[in-house]
Amino acid sequence: MPDLRPDPDAILASIRRSEAKETRGRLKVFFGMAPGVGKTYAMLEAARKAHSEGMDVVVALVETHGRTETQRLLDGLPIIPRQETSYHGTLLGELDLEAVLARRPRLVVVDELAHTNVPGSRHTKRWQDVEELLAAGIDVFTSLNVQHLESRADTVRQITGVAVRETVPDSMIEAADEIQLVDLTPVQLRERIAEGKVYMGDRAAAAADNFFKASNLTALRELALRLTAERVDKQLRELRDDRQVNAIWRSGERLLVAVGASPFSTRLIRWTRRMAYALDAPWIAVNVETPTPHTPEDRKTLEENLTLARELNAEIIVIPDRDVAGTLVRVAQQHNVSQIVIGKSRGSPVLDFVRGGSLADRLIRRSGQIDVYVVPAEPRTGRSRWREWAVTSASQPREYVTALVTVLGMTMLGLGVQSWTGYTAISLFYLTAVVLLGLFVGQGPILLAATLSALAWNFLFIPPIFTFRIDKFEDGLMFGIFFVIALVTGRLTGRLRVQERDQRQREHRATALYQLTRGIAGARSADEVLRNAAAQVQELFGARLAIFTVDPAQPGRLVLHPAATYIANEKEQGVATWTFRNHKAAGRFTDTLPAAEGFYLPLLAGDNCVGAMGVKPPAEGTLPASQRGLLESFATQIALALDRERLRSTEEAGRLSQESEKLHRTLLDGVSHELKTPLTVIASAAENLPDGPLVAEIRTATQRLQRLVNNLLDMTRLESGMLKLRRDWCDPADLINAARETTVDALRGREVRTDLPPGLPLVRADAGLIQQALANLIHNACVHTPSSAAITLSGGADEAAHEIWLSVADNGPGLRADQQGRLFDKFFRGDPGRSGGLGLGLSIARGFAEAHGGRIEAANLPGGGARFTIFLPLERPASVPPE
Amino acid sequence: MSDAPFEPEVLVIDDEVQIRRLLRVTLEGAGFRVRESESGELGLIEAATKRPDAIILDLGLPDVPGIAVLKRLREWSRLPVLILSVRGQEADKIEALDAGADDYLSKPFGGGELLARLRAMLRRVQTKDEESGMSFGNVEIDFSRRVVTKGGAPVKLTPKEYGLMRLLLLHRGRVITHRQILRELWGPKAEEQTQYLRVYMTHLRQKLEDDPNQPRFFRTESGIGYRFSED
Repeated sequence: MPDLRPDPDAILASIRRSEAKETRGRLKVFFGMAPGVGKTYAMLEAARKAHSEGMDVVVALVETHGRTETQRLLDGLPIIPRQETSYHGTLLGELDLEAVLARRPRLVVVDELAHTNVPGSRHTKRWQDVEELLAAGIDVFTSLNVQHLESRADTVRQITGVAVRETVPDSMIEAADEIQLVDLTPVQLRERIAEGKVYMGDRAAAAADNFFKASNLTALRELALRLTAERVDKQLRELRDDRQVNAIWRSGERLLVAVGASPFSTRLIRWTRRMAYALDAPWIAVNVETPTPHTPEDRKTLEENLTLARELNAEIIVIPDRDVAGTLVRVAQQHNVSQIVIGKSRGSPVLDFVRGGSLADRLIRRSGQIDVYVVPAEPRTGRSRWREWAVTSASQPREYVTALVTVLGMTMLGLGVQSWTGYTAISLFYLTAVVLLGLFVGQGPILLAATLSALAWNFLFIPPIFTFRIDKFEDGLMFGIFFVIALVTGRLTGRLRVQERDQRQREHRATALYQLTRGIAGARSADEVLRNAAAQVQELFGARLAIFTVDPAQPGRLVLHPAATYIANEKEQGVATWTFRNHKAAGRFTDTLPAAEGFYLPLLAGDNCVGAMGVKPPAEGTLPASQRGLLESFATQIALALDRERLRSTEEAGRLSQESEKLHRTLLDGVSHELKTPLTVIASAAENLPDGPLVAEIRTATQRLQRLVNNLLDMTRLESGMLKLRRDWCDPADLINAARETTVDALRGREVRTDLPPGLPLVRADAGLIQQALANLIHNACVHTPSSAAITLSGGADEAAHEIWLSVADNGPGLRADQQGRLFDKFFRGDPGRSGGLGLGLSIARGFAEAHGGRIEAANLPGGGARFTIFLPLERPASVPPE
Repeated sequence: MSDAPFEPEVLVIDDEVQIRRLLRVTLEGAGFRVRESESGELGLIEAATKRPDAIILDLGLPDVPGIAVLKRLREWSRLPVLILSVRGQEADKIEALDAGADDYLSKPFGGGELLARLRAMLRRVQTKDEESGMSFGNVEIDFSRRVVTKGGAPVKLTPKEYGLMRLLLLHRGRVITHRQILRELWGPKAEEQTQYLRVYMTHLRQKLEDDPNQPRFFRTESGIGYRFSED
């Protein structure tokens, strides 16, 4: 019974898809079966159309191949010149990535997605450049032929016999927002070639005979059409996911492919990838690391295989175990895998018998519900097992010398004791020596020692001596058995040694990770975490470590942490910064900026990148997947520790400021209460006294004192940053009226006008503060003008500047020129000769206006008098529902 | 009006002895009887045992916050309560009004204003009856027929405008907070939408006030709410 509930993963994926698309640029691929079908032409036509519609289009790279009709399309389009790089004396033009990123067009045209960049460029491949452009939010038009698609490369090679070197990962095409198939029939294309429209001169004829054979083209065309059809199908499915996730039941398929050190694994990987795509299923590539040691060559092949799988979007699991079949089944069960893909090995029937069947047999016996696909292998090319046997581990010359000396020593000993023991027992001496050697030297020296001892025994001890001849049958038998035993025991002990070493290494790694985790958990500060990490990396990989953290002063920039054990130069810093910004590994061992000295990993804590980590290995070497995995775990651990540290300090800072805020508030409230209570009593008492000249003086003095206390408290609140706005929608008329009411005593006897146009918009402000600011302005006007001067309160809105303004104007003497710049300064008094006032009123008014994101201005009026205006940002309230 | 000397009793709950003395002098001079409590706890006991006619409550009490005293009082009593607070405590004032305080006064206050507020509060308690009509300025309102005229000419009000006017008139002299009005007219979900109120109040003033920019009757209590006042 299928589960019809919406799959949360599907919903999440659907949301992610749309979210990611919002910030990323859009990719449109002009896709064709072969060169010459007119991809560049179609692409430029589309770009011209966009350009004519007013879009900001830039051509960053177009290969016209001298085709005039294509060249003509470039006229009038803005072009970013290529970056000229000299390589082995030739001047090569590459995409100038930095220039495009700096120019930030809406859309950029980049031809030939599969191109490989000149060594020394930022990325190895052009598709990586495009990836970075998309990540920066720039739309890209690009072109691609089907043969360059990673998963189709094998098929194309089988069809055309031409090996494809330049490939683009399929994920690139899957992520494309639009694919336009540029189609031409094989006949039409061959005609175009014959007319010389694709290749010039002789090359045309050669091309028509080789790659562009009609049979090839038909096959390639089918491939291209099928791929486009598959893609349409997938888009349709995605659309359905987006619309109503519950309407379809997802297959729940998950594939697992066993990857080994064989070059044939690449075919297996591509095969699985195609199948996973067709099923819309995730897939895992698993390498079971058996104790059998790999040759450096094999190790490299394995790395390449795993890298290919990673590029094709597989999840990579490397797991050490002796039992390959059992491990595959276990991993498959843990990950809910529905299908396992393995290669049909050309193993020896004898070995298979000993192991209990071939890998496929054993797997099928244990797989239970899981389907097992066995994909046929190509004939094994290259070495036999015997050569492999001989070179399993590279031995040093010193070891050969040791073997030689040991055999020589044994021969001497044998010659000395032969008279007592007889010649047969000598073989046992030799055997002991070979077995013991196995504990110290590698396979090669053992082989040498075994052979030499056999020969020496034969030559010097088996009669007739000083010949290699053996007369007696028993001696021959003895010799044969000796040789076999020497070889096998030597090899066995050697193997044991390698196994032990591998085991030790693995244990070492596990211990290192454990120690790092423990070191981080116990570290009291970020510095300690990083110092521990640097020491661990040094000890474990013999490599140096550099940690880059976000510059607190400039977010987005990195600074080298002092715990680093190597000094990264500017170039290395650049790689680290790229890693940090793009959340991807870069530098040595990668395809991005591979010329760098160090390997760089982003420090990711969830989606948050807190820095970058650089690892500089001591000398030439590779970075095996297991070590890379360990480094990645290191990076994760460090990132989490740094993030935790950051959270802790933020929390600490928050707590501190809260404490100090609380203290401030208590103090301010206390002072405020202590000052205001006696004032209240005086003011209220004075009001209740019968009128008289002295009582009037008390009232005036009290009012002045009240104003002063209020101003001082307001100023303190502003200065201490304790001002908390309680914003609400206010009617400007209400604000002006309220200010007027609080200054009714100061305004007594004056002519006051209000000038407010009807229908003024609302303003979102803290009413108390704005009316206080206005009251201060009114007071200021009253103090600095003769009592005969009239005061005008007005307001208005400036829709264009998104501002609303409230002003207090008078028709008094106006402002003096020397006052203008300092009017709103604290303790500035316009007229020092006049007694009274601290010069805080205007300063407070400015503080309150600025706290609202507004400003205050003072100016003289053309007809005389001064005018003070508060400008506040104009916002639109949510509309009022109709009745 | 009855001629019998009515001497309402007022309970003053304030920790400041000077304020209490000041209030006593002011209130007794105007013919009120006064009781004093210096803390919230004592005040609640006094209110329960002595049954005063009104309470003047300081928001800034040292033992129990004034707002808590008010909430506990409102659990069992509808006594009119006047809140005393200082400037800058708008949030506390609103909370107190929402919690059932009848009016508020900011320190420093004049004796005249205090007495006016107190009398208005007591008057509201005494006149409980719904009126069928009322008038202010040159505006006449007939609640039973839902007819409003200004200077004899009929005024057309939308249902929400009429509701707003009626709410303020029914509680005339008293501050109604934004939240209270919004909840009453637009429902609890609209409690934060003060812009609705601003818009409708502008309309109402344009229709009923002589000078809408300087309203005489429909007054704004800045940052708190609205009050209908005839003074």
